Amino acid sequence: MSHGAAASLIIETPEGVEFSYALASPVTRALAWLLDAAAIVLLSQGAGRVCEWLGSVNRDWAAAIQAILYFAISVGYGIALEWRWHGQTLGKRVLGLRVVDAQGLRLRLSQVVLRNLLRLVDMLPIAYLVGGVASACSRNCQRLGDLAAGTIVAREPSLAAPDLEQIAPARYNSLLAHPHLAARLRSRVSPEAVSIAVRAVTRRDAFDPMARIELFQELAAYFQSLASFPDAVREGLTGEQYVLSVLRVIYRWGGPPGLPS
Amino acid sequence: MIVDLPRFVAAERAYWDELHAVLAKLEADPEGRLPLSEIERLHYLYERCSSDLSRMDAFATEPPLRAFLESLVSRTYSVIHETRAPVKIRWKSAVQAFPRAFRRHLGAFRLAVGVTLLGCAFGWFALHVDPRNKAFLLPFPGLQVSPSERVAHEESAGAAKEDRLKGVKATFAAELMTHNTQVTVLALAMGVTFGAGTLILLFYNGVILGAVAADYIVGGQGVFLAGWLLPHGSIEIPAILLGGQAGFVLAGALIGWGDRTPRVARLRAVAADLVAIVSGAGVMLIWAGIVEAFVSQYHQPVIPYSLKIAFGLCELAALSFFLGWVGRE
Repeated sequence: MSHGAAASLIIETPEGVEFSYALASPVTRALAWLLDAAAIVLLSQGAGRVCEWLGSVNRDWAAAIQAILYFAISVGYGIALEWRWHGQTLGKRVLGLRVVDAQGLRLRLSQVVLRNLLRLVDMLPIAYLVGGVASACSRNCQRLGDLAAGTIVAREPSLAAPDLEQIAPARYNSLLAHPHLAARLRSRVSPEAVSIAVRAVTRRDAFDPMARIELFQELAAYFQSLASFPDAVREGLTGEQYVLSVLRVIYRWGGPPGLPS
Repeated sequence: MIVDLPRFVAAERAYWDELHAVLAKLEADPEGRLPLSEIERLHYLYERCSSDLSRMDAFATEPPLRAFLESLVSRTYSVIHETRAPVKIRWKSAVQAFPRAFRRHLGAFRLAVGVTLLGCAFGWFALHVDPRNKAFLLPFPGLQVSPSERVAHEESAGAAKEDRLKGVKATFAAELMTHNTQVTVLALAMGVTFGAGTLILLFYNGVILGAVAADYIVGGQGVFLAGWLLPHGSIEIPAILLGGQAGFVLAGALIGWGDRTPRVARLRAVAADLVAIVSGAGVMLIWAGIVEAFVSQYHQPVIPYSLKIAFGLCELAALSFFLGWVGRE
């Protein structure tokens, strides 16, 4: 098990295969917590309404049930949902986060209970200051509850394939006339660069015109530095058209395979 | 290296889909058991998918596909390499897990008792040296009056059949339950400060107990004190000590004196015991809250002190038996 440079936890299986979890940042976790806090307030208000109604029957017992329900909701919300939804609460589900075992094993009930009970310390003295500091200092962004329970909060990988017909429509591609250079480009390009190019193409209409031209020129220069296509091939192509051609080379079969939902 | 990615995907896709379907089935029913042939097939699919993931490393342009394969491998890894039995709540084993966990960590419980007794001695001594310290040691309105005055007041109210908790008994019990459970969970949670927080919390509790005991015993009201505290205290005080025990167990796993196993493995080894102890303490505090609201606050002549003391001692004996003998193998 090791810690990747880009905030990820890399786990090596006994078979020698590595897989990684992208760690959730403290800011994303704070946003998820705000959503959860709102859900807890709503649930408590609902419980309060029910108890108000019960109060017409017996005020003492209604107040007792209300006190117990408030306590049970505030403590049990995280435990119940993380156990039922395999490491997710409402906030985590909305923000695409999940609690997972730090060794890649199955999440246990004892881990879920422990990390939620230790919130009492992480919340101190106010607004999760202790937990936030611990998370910022920890290699795996773990608050104290996560450290004790042996859990991490990971970002759920997005398994949606990019719509390449929209971003790089099939048409004549002059780069494919040089298969050896196309192969070199595919072997040298990094996933991060491809991801940036895909995002740039998908959002291109939202860019300022000058920024759009500069961005695609920079990307085109980067791709050209990986595999130097002849000038004749690039002649007449704008930076944006060149990047589109590069993406078509990379996803040469017409798009990445569709993935199970 | 994969030379032709589309061909590779077309060839392997059926295996990935099959593995995905098996995992979905297992995740939907964590306690389900696969026949040997399906286990062998699962292992084959896992190895094949792991191999595909390794081959993807040489083809860097496919983050979504790589993420998908990583997800398949990590999910199968957690299924195949998890050696612990899946959780199924069986009441008998749940009840036995608590005393067993307690007995496995008796040293931590003794430490919790020792720290509390030390606090008691300090509280007793501080009040004995200067009775004016009562204002600081016992900052609760009900304990500020002299013990004899309080006893006289409580007994006269009982004789006049006044019930000052009339109409609020259940609310009072619920508040006691939630407050004491929070204190117990805090005693556990403070273990994460390498035990320092747990130690302070138990010592402070001990100081209050010691000061109250000194105040009432020196004031000649020892019987009233026993009748007042024993019915609920014989369960409530051990429950808080159990929270302290869990806190010290957590601290011990974090520190790991003389233990060469990695910290993650140490914490993993005690996690289930911590949850069993704190859950058991939580159940004890529900009982203690009910008893404190419905029994402890009623004194002679409503309930004779001898009966209350006997009741408290019986509870203590039952608790000792439960923690000491239940679940022994």
